[in-house]
Amino acid sequence: MYTEAVMDHFRNPRNVGSIENADGVGQVGNPKCGDIMKIYLKIKDDIIEDVKFETFGCGSAIASSSMATELIKGKSIHEAVTMTNKAVIEALGGLPPVKVHCSVLAEQAVKSALYDYAQKTNKVIKGLENYKPEDDEVHCH
Amino acid sequence: MSRKVYLDNAATTRVKKEVIEEMNNYFDKFYGNPSSQLYELGRKSKEAVEKARRTIAEFLNADEKEIYFTAGGTEADNWALKGVAFANLNKGKNHIITSKIEHHAILNTCKYLEKFGVETTYLDVDKYGLVDLEQLKKAIKPETMLISIMFANNEIGTIQPIEEIGKIAKENKILFHVDGVQALGSVKIDVQKQNIDLLSMSAHKIGGPKGIGALYIRKGTRIDNFVHGGGQERGRRAGTEGVQNIVGFGKAVEIVKRDFDSYLERVTALRDRLIEGIQKNIPHVILNGHPTKRLANNVNFSYKYVEGESILLLLDMEGISASSGSACTSGSLDPSHVLLATGLDHGTAHGSIRFTLNEEITEEDIDYTIETMKKIIEKLRSMSPIKNDEDLKNS
Repeated sequence: MYTEAVMDHFRNPRNVGSIENADGVGQVGNPKCGDIMKIYLKIKDDIIEDVKFETFGCGSAIASSSMATELIKGKSIHEAVTMTNKAVIEALGGLPPVKVHCSVLAEQAVKSALYDYAQKTNKVIKGLENYKPEDDEVHCH
Repeated sequence: MSRKVYLDNAATTRVKKEVIEEMNNYFDKFYGNPSSQLYELGRKSKEAVEKARRTIAEFLNADEKEIYFTAGGTEADNWALKGVAFANLNKGKNHIITSKIEHHAILNTCKYLEKFGVETTYLDVDKYGLVDLEQLKKAIKPETMLISIMFANNEIGTIQPIEEIGKIAKENKILFHVDGVQALGSVKIDVQKQNIDLLSMSAHKIGGPKGIGALYIRKGTRIDNFVHGGGQERGRRAGTEGVQNIVGFGKAVEIVKRDFDSYLERVTALRDRLIEGIQKNIPHVILNGHPTKRLANNVNFSYKYVEGESILLLLDMEGISASSGSACTSGSLDPSHVLLATGLDHGTAHGSIRFTLNEEITEEDIDYTIETMKKIIEKLRSMSPIKNDEDLKNS
């Protein structure tokens, strides 16, 4: 049911863990739905120097978080904010329709961590002006 | 790792060799239609069908005329509920009592019947999955036509007090249907002693083939016929009999009967070894179902702070097959309705794994499973943002 890329990222997830004194932290999802993603960012000169994730969820949730961290690592915060769930799906070679929400969650987790960074540093990140983390406190998909 | 451990016997079982051998005679050797009584091939098939019917009847302490073959457990459940409902609705009876932890074959049939004016009471269960007999008594009304309770639950293995429920049904002159699909072969079923009026069964849970089951219908039960057509199954469930499947079902029951005591002893010991091993080696687990009133082959735990589908995928990589009550494995939004009915919160229910054993499993398989689970849960917990109950509440 999963592509090789999904299984690879599930089996050997990249960037698992946490970052102490992270510059931005975002957590989305809830246990009721069975998916929670937490993203930690280390940012220097607007560049994402390091990123880590922790995920409670199914195989595709873990793979989506892993892939999302790969996609934004080393990028500027302005590039990272444009990462869409479609990019995650594409990079994973596709997700089953019932698992697409996992990629949405990964996009939201990244945005939420960037938002946290913008709040802490009083920066404006284009694309996050109207972002409210609580909007992501969604009902199960 | 080359070890293969199949621990999903509540989903289905491997067809036993003796069963296959018996069935093989009824494809190209004795292929007659049991309705063709004027030549030998037809009579051979008829004899085989009736022999299987007798075997099953004897095993349940029923009469052979009370056993009707169906396409499986789901069809038997459908027949019991729809057949009783449609035969009694015009007699001023429209109420069915069942439980919240029944199989979907029951729950979705009740939902369907509600469109025709049937009213259903869904009984609660306690944290072990047991129905409350006082609540059952209170739910009975003059309009109640049927009580339908499963003998044993397919997910958590809890065995209900069927004899006591049967007594209550009899005292109140209400028909009693029992979904016995998971219990057959693991629990002594006696339709007289337990006052069961209707009993659903399935062959593929006990080493028989898929696509065949039966409904026991007590003589004199007011129930509509289910499939209309020729005169097969005394005209109540028409259609040419799946002779080879019926033969396989009969053989499977014969084996179950023969090996009953040794099976129970062996599998119960393995089950308890697995339960104790998990409790000893993995912290923050919850045993789902009743500690003793449970099926001999059922082990169901919730592993806090992790999710079931991830566990299943990692187990599969190590050669172990199991199942989960997580929503992610069912395609629905909610985790198992059974686990939620026992009071588990959604987050914990998502992390539940069911192992169901059989007599082929060895102690080495069990120890390998415990060891593998320990590694998997540690790995997933190290990746989880939820580290304790506090996190669970705050997230």
